[in-house]
Amino acid sequence: MLTKRIIPCLDIKDGRTVKGVNFIDLRDAGDPVELAEIYAKSGADELVFLDISATEEKRKTLANLVRRVAEKVNIPFTVGGGISSVEDVDILLKSGADKVSINSSAVKNPDLINELAAKFGSQCITVAIDAKQINGEWMVHLVGGKIPTDLNLFQWAKEVEERGAGEILFTSMNNDGTKAGFANEALAVLSSELNIPIIASGGAGNMQHFCDTFIEGKADAALAASVFHFKEIEIKDLKEELRRNGVEVRL
Amino acid sequence: MKIVIIDYGAGNIQSIKFAIKRLGYEAILSSDAEEIKAADQVIFPGVGEASSAMKMLKSTGLDKVIPTLKQPVLGICLGMQLMCTYCEEGNTDGLGIFHASVVKFDNKLKVPQIGWNRIYDLKSELFTGISEREFVYLVHSFYVKECEETIASTEYGVEYTSAIQKDNFYGVQFHPEKSSDAGEKILENFLKFT
Repeated sequence: MLTKRIIPCLDIKDGRTVKGVNFIDLRDAGDPVELAEIYAKSGADELVFLDISATEEKRKTLANLVRRVAEKVNIPFTVGGGISSVEDVDILLKSGADKVSINSSAVKNPDLINELAAKFGSQCITVAIDAKQINGEWMVHLVGGKIPTDLNLFQWAKEVEERGAGEILFTSMNNDGTKAGFANEALAVLSSELNIPIIASGGAGNMQHFCDTFIEGKADAALAASVFHFKEIEIKDLKEELRRNGVEVRL
Repeated sequence: MKIVIIDYGAGNIQSIKFAIKRLGYEAILSSDAEEIKAADQVIFPGVGEASSAMKMLKSTGLDKVIPTLKQPVLGICLGMQLMCTYCEEGNTDGLGIFHASVVKFDNKLKVPQIGWNRIYDLKSELFTGISEREFVYLVHSFYVKECEETIASTEYGVEYTSAIQKDNFYGVQFHPEKSSDAGEKILENFLKFT
């Protein structure tokens, strides 16, 4: 049986991890490669690197980082952040990324999803969607949730699937940073209406939240950052807890 | 030892090269028939769509070369699927090395299957040191049906072939280069074949 995935997310700026990490055994807490290796060894199923830098040198630095990660890490990883063209994706995949994640560029130019799926295959194209529930309706937002659009989450997700995305990474802006649990109601709707895997993101605070998002939210994978970086949750403990609750995981 | 990864423009082959390097070996990428024929081991990767990958193989003449290879050959993911008789994806004939066809997962399932699943009924030295029901990483929408040449199975709505062997030809549906320590062990086992 296919297992549910646990995915730590690393925010990257100019080739370095941004959000503070609390790993006393790290020689260099800012080195994404070292952190990635530790996560791979501790039982993470995948990794996501989200590049938030915006300099001219960015693309080169990112490709260089991707290459260093691919050399060292023996689990799959996705790279996202500022990817807006076929060329961007080509460089990252050739450097050793397994998947790329696109967000704002897909909203601005939906045909990009079709182009990427046709050229590289759906399996390596993740579309990230940030959404916020406003007056009961889930609306897609851009630029890390700052800019609202008139797109409805569920309609956009369906379109993204039809255009050839292999996976959706859904972040609830209402839940992100709250540590109060994932947006399981919306996740369950996405998971039932769509036929591609859904990654839950935003709101992880404790182990029960992960159980809930897999059972109630029907998510295929769950992504989190700070609970892992600050060692509030150890991945091994989390997976044992999930297994005790009847959730299939790789242990 | 000379390990050649067949380079025909398909997919993420750097990861395989890096995984081999982590095991202490060097691999070269090549699309040259003579260089491929002279290798000790050949890895036939592939990510993407079957009919366009077959077109690329045909345009370089590699479709004729691969089935005649005498050294150990390992097809990975789409590489394994292309070594079969027929691929439903893009309605294309494969290389015909394995006597199985490749069909799409039931649409009641989430497709592609992405993630870690188990391999069982292991029947080859490829799996020396690997436990029954070990986890491996898979990403695919089409699967190889079970057949006499199946050497490992996986369940995703249906029991299907996750590894296959005929003579010197091996195929794995999963990505050994991305399947953590177990994957590296399987790759290492293959690299010891002569």
